[in-house]
Order: sequence, then structure tokens, then C-alpha cells
Amino acid sequence: MSVSLLQLIALCLLAVGLVLGTIRFILGPTTPDRIVAADTLSILITAGLVWLAHLLDSSIYLSIALVFGALSFVGTVALARAIEGNRS
Amino acid sequence: MTLVADLFLLLGAAFSCLGALGLIRMPDVYNRLQAGTKSVTLGAMAILIGIGLHHPQWWSNLLMIGVLVLFTNPVGSASIARAALISGIRPWHVPSEGPPLPAGEGEGK
Repeated sequence: MSVSLLQLIALCLLAVGLVLGTIRFILGPTTPDRIVAADTLSILITAGLVWLAHLLDSSIYLSIALVFGALSFVGTVALARAIEGNRS
Repeated sequence: MTLVADLFLLLGAAFSCLGALGLIRMPDVYNRLQAGTKSVTLGAMAILIGIGLHHPQWWSNLLMIGVLVLFTNPVGSASIARAALISGIRPWHVPSEGPPLPAGEGEGK
């Protein structure tokens, strides 16, 4: 496990992206804002899991990333359907 | 090859960070959806290409993850946008007492 300088900068950028998405997830004014933030965070976490497989040099995290991506898609569509039915 | 892979990783992380920044800066749900979905998808693709250049023996798993992200992400974002429009959220700078929205079945029902 050796991290070069470019990878270190890129990891810091990815962490900043995760923090910004979490801020929008916490103080989103409406429910669709939070769902958009959750969708973005799920894609960022999928990319982060692939990167974790590279850092730990074991390919089992790729399977975890695949299953996480599929389940996050199902969750996003389910949440969108749920707020769609909530007509006010 | 390692330098090219690291540059791809840096590009993908920069696009992901800019997408999350757009998620903070944009004024509306629909604008946030654009900023937070498209550029983050591009960033994830670049990160997958970078990891694939680092580990060429993982190409099948990485291809599966890339195809999954490319197919499911636009479907999810379109579903969120449709749900937001139906649940009655007006776009930015659209007055609330104007004509009904094009898919505006959600207004007043």
C-alpha cells in the first residue's frame, strides 16, 4: 500500500466532495434536495469503494461496490416513488 | 502507465468534487440534480479507468461497475426529477401563480 502524491491530492478532493454532499444532505430545504444529495453520495461512495479495493489490493471490494451500486439505485427509485405519491 | 493512471484518478476526483460543489451552490432542485449527477458520473468513470490502468486484471469487475453506474444513474435522476415536478416544486424563477407546469398533474390534486 503506497500512495503517491497525485493520489493523495485526489483522495483529499474526493473527501471534500463527500463533505460537501453531506452538508447538502443535512441542510437541504426540501425532501427532493436530500434525495439528490443521497444519490450523489451513493455514486461517490461507489467510486470510493473501488478506490479502496486499489488501496487494500484485494478485489473483493469490487463486488461490494457492485452490490452497493445496485442497492443504492433501488433505494433512490423507491424514495422518488415515495415522494411522488405524497401529493399535497 | 502509473502516472497516466494517477492523472485519471485526479481528474475523476476533481470532477466529483466539482459536482458536490455544484450541489451546494446551485439554487434549485433541478439544477442540483444536473450538477450532482452528470459530473459525478463522469468522475466515477474516470476513477474506474484509473483503477483499471493500475490493475489490468480487474477489468471485468470494473466494466460491470461502470456499466451499472452508466445505466442506473440517469434513470435514477430522471425519476427524482419527475417526482419533484409531480410533487409540486416549481423551478427557479418560475412564479408560483403562473400557468400550470407541463406535467402538472400534481398541482391541486
